[in-house]
This record gives sequence, C-alpha cells and structure tokens, in this order.
Amino acid sequence: MNRNITRLGMVMVVLFLILFAKLNWIQVVDKQNLDDNPLNTAQVRRDFNRPRGSISTIDGALLAQSVANPDSSSEFDRMRVYPEGDLFGHITGFFSFRFGSTGVERQYSSELSGSTFNQQVRGFSDLFVASENVGNVTLTVRKDVQQVARDSLGNRAGSVVALDPRTGEILAFWSDPSYDPNLISSLDKAVSETAWKTLNAAPGQPMRAHQYQDRYFPGSTFKVVTAGIGLESGLVTNTSPSYPFVNGYTPKNTDLAIKNFGGEICGGTLPEILKISCNSAFAEMGTETIGPVEMVAGVAKWGFNDAPPIDLPDPARSVFPTDVGNDPPKLAQSSIGQNDVQATPLEMALVAAGVANNGIIMKPHVLLEVRDSQGNVIDKYKPGSWLKPMSPLNASILREDMLGVVAGGTATGIQIPGYEVGGKTGTAQLGTTPPRSHTWMIGFAGPPGQPATVAIAVVVLDQPGRNEATGGVIAAPIARAVLQAALAAQAGR
Amino acid sequence: MTNRRNTELGLMLLVVFITAGAYVLASLGADAQIPANVIPFLLIVLGLLIGAHVAVRKLAPNADPILLPMVALLNGLGYVVIAGLNEKLAAAQASWTAIGIIGFVATLWIVKRPRDLERYRYTFALLGIVLLLLPLVPGIGKSVGGSRIWVSLGPINFQPGEIAKVVLAIFFAAYLADQRELIATSQWKVGPFRLPDPKYLGPVLIAWGFTLVVMFYEKDLGSSLLFFTLLLVMVWVATQRTSFLVIGSGLFAGGAWFAWKSFDHVQLRVDIWLDPWKDPSGSGYQIIQGMFAMAFGGVTGTGLGLGGNVRIPAAENDFIFAVIAEELGLFGAALVIMAYMLIVGSGLRIASQAEHAFDKLLATGLSLLVGLQAFIILAGVLRVLPLTGVALPFISYGGSSLVVNYVLLALLLRISDQNVRKAQMPDAEAVAV
Repeated sequence: MNRNITRLGMVMVVLFLILFAKLNWIQVVDKQNLDDNPLNTAQVRRDFNRPRGSISTIDGALLAQSVANPDSSSEFDRMRVYPEGDLFGHITGFFSFRFGSTGVERQYSSELSGSTFNQQVRGFSDLFVASENVGNVTLTVRKDVQQVARDSLGNRAGSVVALDPRTGEILAFWSDPSYDPNLISSLDKAVSETAWKTLNAAPGQPMRAHQYQDRYFPGSTFKVVTAGIGLESGLVTNTSPSYPFVNGYTPKNTDLAIKNFGGEICGGTLPEILKISCNSAFAEMGTETIGPVEMVAGVAKWGFNDAPPIDLPDPARSVFPTDVGNDPPKLAQSSIGQNDVQATPLEMALVAAGVANNGIIMKPHVLLEVRDSQGNVIDKYKPGSWLKPMSPLNASILREDMLGVVAGGTATGIQIPGYEVGGKTGTAQLGTTPPRSHTWMIGFAGPPGQPATVAIAVVVLDQPGRNEATGGVIAAPIARAVLQAALAAQAGR
Repeated sequence: MTNRRNTELGLMLLVVFITAGAYVLASLGADAQIPANVIPFLLIVLGLLIGAHVAVRKLAPNADPILLPMVALLNGLGYVVIAGLNEKLAAAQASWTAIGIIGFVATLWIVKRPRDLERYRYTFALLGIVLLLLPLVPGIGKSVGGSRIWVSLGPINFQPGEIAKVVLAIFFAAYLADQRELIATSQWKVGPFRLPDPKYLGPVLIAWGFTLVVMFYEKDLGSSLLFFTLLLVMVWVATQRTSFLVIGSGLFAGGAWFAWKSFDHVQLRVDIWLDPWKDPSGSGYQIIQGMFAMAFGGVTGTGLGLGGNVRIPAAENDFIFAVIAEELGLFGAALVIMAYMLIVGSGLRIASQAEHAFDKLLATGLSLLVGLQAFIILAGVLRVLPLTGVALPFISYGGSSLVVNYVLLALLLRISDQNVRKAQMPDAEAVAV
C-alpha cells in the first residue's frame, strides 16, 4: 500500500502547487487589473473607514468631520459630515464612497488620514498612546467673511474671491450655485446617487467651484493688466502718452470701431482713462503703444495662459489669445478684456493682489496649518510668491491710479471710510438681445499709507444691461461689504 | 523519545508567541492600541497549547512532533483573523478551541490503541448514517444559507456531517483493511472488462452511496465531493488496483454531469465559476470580492488588522483564506498552503510507517480528509474549481469542524505513537537477548 500512499502524497503536492500558482496569478500577475476594476472599492473603503481629521476655518467654524456611523449594521464605521452645508462646499469638496473626493478632502487627503511620511514617523512614537493619528486641517478662510460674501451676492449666480495680497491666504471663496457635500458623501446609496444625478443635471453646475474652475470674460477689469504691462514696458507712464479724445478706436485691418460706452468721447493719460474705463484708449494702448509681442509676453507674467498654483484640485487656466501678431482687431478687443480673453474670478483677484502687494503675486492657498489630535501644529503652509509682473515702483503707480478709480471714477461704490481702497469695474457684454453682461469688480483695501490687506474679485453673472456703470452698480456693493467684513475681521484678529 | 516531545514543546512555545504577537499586531492595526487583555490572552493560549502538549507527552510520547504545533499555528492564525472580523465570533471560536483541545486530550486518553476503533466498525457505520440523517429530522434540523446541514439541540448547534466524516473514515478503513484482499483479487467480468466483485464492496458502497445522496439532498456539495474522493482513494490505496480509480473517475464524471443537468444549484455554481463577472453584484459577488481582497493584499499584504477593505460574505468561514491573503499577502497565504502540505505529508508518512492495514488506511483517510477539505475550499476561493462551501480546517470559524478536526488530529497522533512504539520493540528484545 505504501507505493500508493506515496503517489497520493505526490498528487496532493501537485494539487496544492496548483493553488499556489493561482494565488500568484491573483496577487501578483493580475493584481493591477483587479485593483483597477471599477467594481473594486477596496482602496476607497480603506480610506473611508480610516480615521480622518476635521477641516475648520481659521475663525473656528467646523467644516467637515468624521463621526461614528449611527447605523451599526452598516459596513462603514464612520461617516463624513459637513456642518456648514453648502456654505463651504466648493472648498471642502466632498468625500464620497461612491464618487471619490474633491476640494480640500482630495488635496489634503493624506494629511487628513494621517498618512504623510511626517505623520507616520510621529505616529510611530505614539504607538502606545490611545490616540488617532490623523491630521486636523485649519483653513485660511473665515466663516464670517464667507457668510457676508454669500449674503451680499444673494441668489444671483457669481463668485466672490477675497484674499490677503501679502500672503495669498484666501479669506472668502464663495460662488453661487453651490452644493451641500453631505448628500453626496452619504453612506446611503440611494441618497448619494440621487444627489449626484440631481446636481449634475442642475443648471449652473453647482458642483463646479466656479471661483477657480470656471472662467469668464473679464471685461474692463482686464484694463488693469493692460495698464500694468504698459507701465512695466516703460512705454506708458502716468503722464504719457495722452490718448486722443475720441468716441471709438478703429484698429488696422478693419472698419469696425471699438466704441466707448454710450458712444461718449474719452481719452487722456493713464490715470484719467483708467478712472472712466476708456475703451478706445486702452484698445490703442494694447495694440499700438505696447504691441502684440509685449502684450502676449506680458499677460503671462500676470498669470494668463496658466493656472494659479492654488492648493485645490483642478484650477482652470485663464486665457489670453496668443495669435494676435497679425490681428490688430483681435488684439484691440483683447486689450479691453473682450474677444478670447477669459479669466477665473481667482485670477482677477490675484491681479488686484499683485498691484496691491508691490507687484508680487503670492501663491493663493486655503491651507493655514495641520494639527495632530493633541492640537500640535505639525505642518504649516509656507507662503511664497508666484509671479512678479511689475516692479514695486510701477506697482505703486498703478495702485495710486486704482485708488483714483475708487475716489472719483467708476468704482466709487466701494469706498470705505477710514481705509484706502483701490478698484476697477468691469462689464463684459455677452452679445445677447436684450443686452446682458457679466458684471465685475476687482479691488483692494487696507489702512491708509500701509500695504493693502485684502484683495477682492467679484463677478455677478448674466445681468441685464451693458453700461460700464453696471459693474459699479451691481458688483460694487458686494465687493464693498466683503472688503469691510474682511477688514473688520483682520482688525479684530 | 523525549527528543520528539522537546521539539514539539519548542515549536508550541514558538506558536504561542507568534499567535500572541499576531494578536497584538492585529489590534494595533485595527485601532492603534495594544489590546488591554493581552496578558490573559497570552496565558490562555499558553495554557491551552501547553495543556495539549503535556497530554501528548503523557499519552502518546512517541507521536509526530510537527502536527500539533502546525495545527495550533493554523488555529491561532484563524483566531486572530476572526477577531479582526467579529469580536463575538472570536470569543465563540476561543471556546470552541478549548473544547477542541479537550476533545483532543480525551481522544488520546480513551483510544489507547487504534485497533480499539476497528472493532466497532459497524457501530461507526450506523453512527455515521444517523449523524448524516439528523439534519433532515423535522424539529431539530435547520437550513442555513441554503444547506440543510445544521442540527439544533437546545442551546447547542452543530453540523453532524463534520463528525460523520471522521466516523465514516474509520468505518471505511476498518472494512477495507478486512476485505481488501478479497476485493483486490475478485473478478467480475463485464464484457471485456475485469471488474472487482461488487458483493465484497457492498457495505462500503451502500454507506457511500447513502452518504452522497443525503449530502446532495442537504445541498452540501463540498462534503459530497469530499466523501466521494475519500472512499475512492481509500479503496485504491487498500487494493492497489488502478482500475478502481479509472472506474471511480468515470462514475464521478457521470455523476457530476447528471448533477449539473438536473440541479439548478449545481448549475449555478458552475456558471459562477466559469464567469463570475456576468453578475458581479449578484451571484458572482462573493467570489469577485474574494479576488479583490486577495489582489489588494498583493505580495506583502495590508498587515494584520488592516484588512476588511473588501466585504466578503462568509469571510470568517468559507472565505477566510481571502482575508488571510489580503492581510498577510502572498507570503502569508503561501505559508498557509505550505502548512497544509506539511500536515498532509506528516499524516501520510504516519500512514506509510504503520504496520497494520487498518492503521495505514485510517491515517491515509484522516490525512486526506484534512488535505482534501483544505484543497476543495481553497480551490473554490481561488476559482480553480467551482465553489462548494466547506470549512477551511483549523482556520475557519465553526465549532463542529474545529472540534472534529482536533479529534482527527488525536487519532493521527495515536497511530504515529504506536508506529514508533512497535518499531522500538524489536530493538528492545534484541538488547534483552
């Protein structure tokens, strides 16, 4: 019998070797395939059930946290809740088992779950302490300012971006329509999927963070960029050239004139044409004083044809046409923020910030710091400069000119007693009948004689009318209210 | 033979520390805390395993030193993984381990010689049949998950089929040891074929056919497969006639085809095996989630206590191997496969060293029970064969299986002990002369 017992042993060895071979196939050869299978939720589930830190604003509002799932029969131990609902939806983003994550939840996922190298090393020494090795994220945004931004924009579609030009810290980051991340992050499959479908079908795409992921015609606010390039090129100063007083400017290669608003006649030197937002003068400045080569090179220094290095996922590029070398009409229109020029609200806020901050545009960011569960700061955002479009001298000139626009030009609506406020309005006509426009306001404010502490961009989308005053009427009160709230918050800090 | 026992003691202590270490690691992985009960846990594991070791030292001092530590390792690993899945089940599994070790010691104590069992062969046959039928008795039998294999007597729930496996293996071994010469030499001419005379195989065939029908009726496909192969191999080893294997394989093919044709639940199992992706969230869900879990583990695994990223139905039972492969990766899963190879190898070595035919056949049958059962469920989880739910010996959650397998281990050690004792006797006589 022993011979057969030996044979049996050999057969069993072969059988187990087959199992071993198949095990290798699944765990090594086919691993990537199985991991990447859309039905495979292992990775997300691991992140989902891991402890995850909270997200708060600098003024103490809790924006996101993980709490124990009250449904003990659920396969999930924790659920993510967003106490502020849609107020900070575009910043926190969502953290969904089914749809992945966006916003801060995605950008700082490693920090929140405690899996950065730094945190792991720290966690190792905490092995014997009963604490969760997560990171709690504090943002630079302020709930008080955010709330003012929301209230003053009301139920109109648009965006408000307020930031500190000295550091790039974002103070308010609101856009309408927004969305409530609670629903998408729901553990209930039906709730989550219904919310996903509804939001994707909703007008205005509420889940897009319009502040930095959508771009619009900047209209006359772009004249600040044109002016900045002119000053920096040395071809434009506060005293020359003095542009002719006309009611329109006709570039070469076309008979179509770029008309001034209401056909009025305007012209003069930079401070004058900026104050009244003179189309004919800026069109001529871009096309003839500066010229296509310097314009295209210049806009890049202001961040156009690039996306800002903000610490949030998928920022949109702002664009300026580069094919304007032999196309004076297009360059003329582009120089006043029409034609193919498009900018995100964030980019336009950065333009104002650059002017206010001695010609240096700081990297915009929402992260202030990361703390461990005991409250110790373990990581801090280190501010840095992104671009230097102007020399400090030229920046101070343009700054003065923008103060002039507020003191006695189209932007008088954002004057704040006791503060130095500069700004520029914009009305980007959409070419519709009856006429409708995106109305803009960009600006900055700070204590007199000191560097500005807040820069802002406001855009209210698709408003009736096309008068240059429109921006001043519609966007200015919003900008003023938010600037005021931010200044008050900074004073109290 | 204190050498063997000291080897075993060393290995047992190693297993105690591996298990306790794994327990601590799993707890650290799950909630970054060293479990508060680690000292009592260590003492209980130490007590149970050393208790089993002392029993072997007293009752079967010459037995194989590898088997018990190997089984203890699988049992400990199973416990740690179950504890990571469900604390309540882990507590139950711990009690079952204690009962299993008591059963192990009791078996060693009661069964002093393997041949004591041989005498009661028909009692065992009857007992096996009764056990198999129990789940079908109205009132005490119950269906769980489509299989009617449970019996509920007051507070005690168990699977009598698990006990029947060992009991019937004893019967097969006893009967075949007795009749093997007759079976092997008998001739029954059917046309050009010379087959063994069925009358000598009668009782075995009856018990076997009965078993298959009952288990099939109870929808316990894995056990049917296990029994079929068990008897076929035992007859083949006993008679040394390969024709049995050929005939048996033919019967199996026919039976399998018939079952596939006639029963929806068999057809479903085969369909899932062929293409689980056809219904990934329905019938194919379990097997696909199992593969996701194993793939997620990769070569090195997610770490103990860090698994459970894939929710697999019956993870603590039929699919516990997928969880092990997730947490311990290819390295850990390969170790489990190797442990079974070692157990089967040691068992078969005991069989080949045995003198008496009954001992040989019983050791073969018992080794095969462990090896085949492990193969059937692992092959199912790994999608090498259609999935037929059976417990993974010594690892899966489940009292009946664990206790019975400890009894099985005791019988193997008993045979092993006797082999060595017999082998020593001639030497002793020679010295005396």
